Amino acid sequence: MSVTLESACELHPQVAIRPEPFGALAYHYGNRKLVFLKHPDVVAVLQDVASYDSVADTLRAHHVAPERWDAFISALSSLETSEILRVRQ
Amino acid sequence: MSVSNLTTQLKGGLDAPICLTWELTYACNLQCIHCLSSSGRRDPRELDTAQVKNVLDQLRDLQVFYINIGGGEPMIRKDFFEILEHAEHNNIGVKFSTNGTYITADNARRLATMNYLDIQISMDGADRATNDAVRGEGSFDTSVAAMNFLRDANFGPFKISVVMTRHNVSQLDDFKKLADSYGAQLRITRLRPAGRGADTWNELHPTQAQQREIYDWLIAHGDNVLTGDSFFHLNAFGESLPGLNLCGAGRVVCLIDPIGDVYACPFVIHDQFKAGSVLDDGGFAHVWRESDLFLSLREPESAGACTSCGNYDSCQGGCMAAKFFTGLPLDGPDPECVIGAGESLLKSATVTLIPKPSMNHSRKVSITTGGHA
Repeated sequence: MSVTLESACELHPQVAIRPEPFGALAYHYGNRKLVFLKHPDVVAVLQDVASYDSVADTLRAHHVAPERWDAFISALSSLETSEILRVRQ
Repeated sequence: MSVSNLTTQLKGGLDAPICLTWELTYACNLQCIHCLSSSGRRDPRELDTAQVKNVLDQLRDLQVFYINIGGGEPMIRKDFFEILEHAEHNNIGVKFSTNGTYITADNARRLATMNYLDIQISMDGADRATNDAVRGEGSFDTSVAAMNFLRDANFGPFKISVVMTRHNVSQLDDFKKLADSYGAQLRITRLRPAGRGADTWNELHPTQAQQREIYDWLIAHGDNVLTGDSFFHLNAFGESLPGLNLCGAGRVVCLIDPIGDVYACPFVIHDQFKAGSVLDDGGFAHVWRESDLFLSLREPESAGACTSCGNYDSCQGGCMAAKFFTGLPLDGPDPECVIGAGESLLKSATVTLIPKPSMNHSRKVSITTGGHA
């Protein structure tokens, strides 16, 4: 996984997110990729992740149940691969 | 969420379109025999610069990430660069289609400085004879000159956009080679019987055997080739092609025409598919979200005559525009249905009245078709 619980992450600066009834659309202006975000709680975490020191802190603040953390790490890693999300330097 | 659930969600419509096509003008220096908007002469009601900028501002507020600009020939507008710059400043990506006539060395350098910009050069034959038979004499050389200017200006990877016809399906590998030689991306789309394409459909649309050829070629090369997801009717052949498998009309796509009328998709410029105008009260958002037409297109559709066909889930009944302008019922098979249901229906006596496009901006000259004996 490219993203771990300890990672400090942020939305890629070239990405815009548009809320939709099913979740949200994310668009990367650089690579022109359009990604369908189908879980509203993933969208909320994604939009907020830059405000916290780690993914774990973000998940805790959003009251995501610990048994779902693995699924979030996997989802965020896949978003990192699509350059929607990036690890803060 | 599974892919089919996503398809169901998309059929129910989005808060704003994903893929919005905006034909900026009906004026064009060419008279392509398959032009889906019957372009040629400028419409005197064409939106002016201020109106265009106002619509762009509306699209920015709706977070429309990018728009597809076409025409007519969009670069014929004197305010073309002003429009591009306004879109760029408002974070609206632009992909525009052009025949290349106005891509001079200077313009190519100017285009190369812009962000969020993609260019599609139209080309309908991999050689001069095949291309010019559809797009007019000299048009192949014009496209090549434009591509050379873009390459020399280091524009980056532009796109070569090809409408598949009976005469160029056999050139798919040649198109790919041509695109590769420029570091460009190939885009192939489906011919529609829209605009002047309705008059030339019978002689230009690919044969059943060629449809299979397109499908097999896309299965082999599809990851590196753009299609605008326009070939989903071919999914009935087997494995699904990459992309969204649905008719997006009024759901995820729509068309704004040069005078500001909003249609369900770029291929149905007809009153029956006109949802409203960007000049109406409430602007574009009101048309997109509230028009009776768009709301009805987002209702679950009936498979109609295709209900008993095992392929319906794969092909979704095909393209609404292709059915409409060949006179087939909208809840029936596509005219290019891969098992031939559309063809049989067209041969039967049930098809009596073929709708004509509501607008025709063709220049008053005789259009000769053919060139392929």
